[in-house]
Amino acid sequence: MSARTLAPSRDVRQVTDPAGPSAGPVAGVRPRRGRAASAGLLTLGVLLVAGLTGISLFVGVGQLHPATVLHDETQQMLLVQSRVPRTVALLLAGAAMAVAGTIMQLLARNRFTEPSTAGTTEFAGLGIVAATLVVPDAPLIVRMAAASAAALVGSAVFLRIIRGLPTRETLLVPLVGLMLGGVVSAATTFVALRTDLMQSLTSWLTADFSVVIAGRYELLWAAGAVTLLAYLAADRFTVAGLGEDVTTSLGLDYRAVMGLGLAIVSVVTAVVVVTVGAVPFIGLVVPNLVALWVGDHARRSLVWTALGGMAFVLLSDLVARTVVAPAEIPLGTVVGVVGAGLFLALLGRQVVRAR
Amino acid sequence: MSPTRPAGPPAASLVGRAAPAPDSATGSVRPALGDPSRPVGDRSRLMLLALLALAAAAGYLLLGLHGNIGYALTRRATTLATLGVVGTAIALSTVLFQTATHNRILTPSVMGFDALYLFVQTLGVAVFGVGATRQLPPLARFGLEVAVMLGFSLGLYGWLIGRLARRIHLLVLIGMVCGVFFRSLTQFVQRILDPTEFVVVQDAMFADFTDADTTLLGIAAVVVGLVAVAARRLFPRLDVMSLGHDPAISLGVDHRRMTVVVLVMAAVLVSVSTALVGPTTFFGLLVVHLGYRLVRTGWHRTTVPAAIGVAFVVLVAGQLLLERVLGLDSVLAVAVEFLGGLAFLLLLTRRPR
Repeated sequence: MSARTLAPSRDVRQVTDPAGPSAGPVAGVRPRRGRAASAGLLTLGVLLVAGLTGISLFVGVGQLHPATVLHDETQQMLLVQSRVPRTVALLLAGAAMAVAGTIMQLLARNRFTEPSTAGTTEFAGLGIVAATLVVPDAPLIVRMAAASAAALVGSAVFLRIIRGLPTRETLLVPLVGLMLGGVVSAATTFVALRTDLMQSLTSWLTADFSVVIAGRYELLWAAGAVTLLAYLAADRFTVAGLGEDVTTSLGLDYRAVMGLGLAIVSVVTAVVVVTVGAVPFIGLVVPNLVALWVGDHARRSLVWTALGGMAFVLLSDLVARTVVAPAEIPLGTVVGVVGAGLFLALLGRQVVRAR
Repeated sequence: MSPTRPAGPPAASLVGRAAPAPDSATGSVRPALGDPSRPVGDRSRLMLLALLALAAAAGYLLLGLHGNIGYALTRRATTLATLGVVGTAIALSTVLFQTATHNRILTPSVMGFDALYLFVQTLGVAVFGVGATRQLPPLARFGLEVAVMLGFSLGLYGWLIGRLARRIHLLVLIGMVCGVFFRSLTQFVQRILDPTEFVVVQDAMFADFTDADTTLLGIAAVVVGLVAVAARRLFPRLDVMSLGHDPAISLGVDHRRMTVVVLVMAAVLVSVSTALVGPTTFFGLLVVHLGYRLVRTGWHRTTVPAAIGVAFVVLVAGQLLLERVLGLDSVLAVAVEFLGGLAFLLLLTRRPR
């Protein structure tokens, strides 16, 4: 009621995050480190992920020892049929979701955007439910196509909505995205309840890697390929993150870049949701942590983002597999706790700044 | 910035004419008879709402009765009572919370209060085991859960709200992520529990407005009644509070203390409704805004009954429609969530007038 609440300018100024991409990503780019030093760090990062991969391969209910695996056919079978697929799926999903988050953040020009805070994940779920209803025994590829299409529509709707927001407030964007996701998921739940798809829906919305065996995860390679494409086009996304006017004046077709970015994000999200279920918050937390350190130059940071995504998922999966062994907790639950906690920590930096 | 648009009595009642003088003894504001800020229409609108509520209740009780009538009536009456208690708890807590935070898009549920309550409940089962929690009388168990929840919510949200009162989007975002965090944490703890315990707590995760535990319903009704009476006594001070922080203080209302009192009340009410039917995210927001629309003033003695009435009508009519007409049982929560989410989106994205 007071004059304070009626005067928007003050709030707007405070809420707009000066460090957000919308405020100018170039300003956020740190000076280039020495090439040798950064190459050394990168090697270190790769080694770390490789180490985690090794641990991931040899942790589990079935007996598997590096020393004896070469002579034991049962162990080899376990390795090939279950452990390798699972670890590969983790690596692919982690890297793909983290990179998708980075691209989403550049497209929306907002640090707090990623598929699960933009409704994309929920739209993908809606797409799967719709496909399952229309073609009951739809093969995986049909479901994936439907999920991708729905995710694409959803992301476009989201970007359209945030374009129409009164001001480009940093924190309004993820709020709207979360709400959009809530509305879509309520609609999906309604349909699923009516058609006895509730159980399947729950499995799509929470990542669970215990189902991954050979023959059930290969679609994730498509997500990997799309992620590589994203890396190759990274410079365009960095430019697009500067806004439509700058992009156009730099000679790039803004709409084409946006379309490409949306397609990449949608396909990655859809593939991950269809094969293992949604992995929330990775696309938000990892790129932000990387940006704190490497800056906003997409192509330079994407490698780190991918590595970070892999490490994050591998670690979470180790927790998921060991805490209640021999049973396991769905990865989505672990990531939900850790990811939401880290998200809160990132927001907490703003709380401190608010003082 | 639309979301922080003024809460409380319309500006006209304060700017257009002298503000009603606060009664120094009670701190209450007593508008004169015929006060333009209280159009005569409101009384009849509330009456109409009451009639609607009665009609909905009667319809729910009596429509399509067949078979064992006594049994059916008992079941329906239980559901009706649950809807009444829950509707009152959610509507009242939402109005109080919005007044205390000077914001009409915040609700206890959006801030993650229900998720926190579920977490406390699950943690109780995890720490003491399902046997121990079953042995406690329901009232003691509920009291214990509410006490822990109060500690948490006062510490966390009191601090956040005090600190971020002017950065409402950050506050809401943190609240929503807190909700996700507590929900994931609850799921995590559930998975660590053994399967019997898992079944006991898993049931609580989804809102279901039918089949409430009758013992709990009795306790809940008493608790909600007590809080409602206490809140009724605070209405005048809440009216002053809705003028904003500085005006409220200069008019002699201890703003900080009132914020704590309101947070406590909201936490208790949310505990009650969550214990009874499970978490709801946007229901409070939806009904409170319908209530605000229905009446033309911001006086709590008008808005609170309006919000409660709308909550009851929406719940009962919704249940009636979904259960009897469309034959969809237990999807009321989903439908409400959908509509409430849409309303929230509209509130967030609406351009400033």
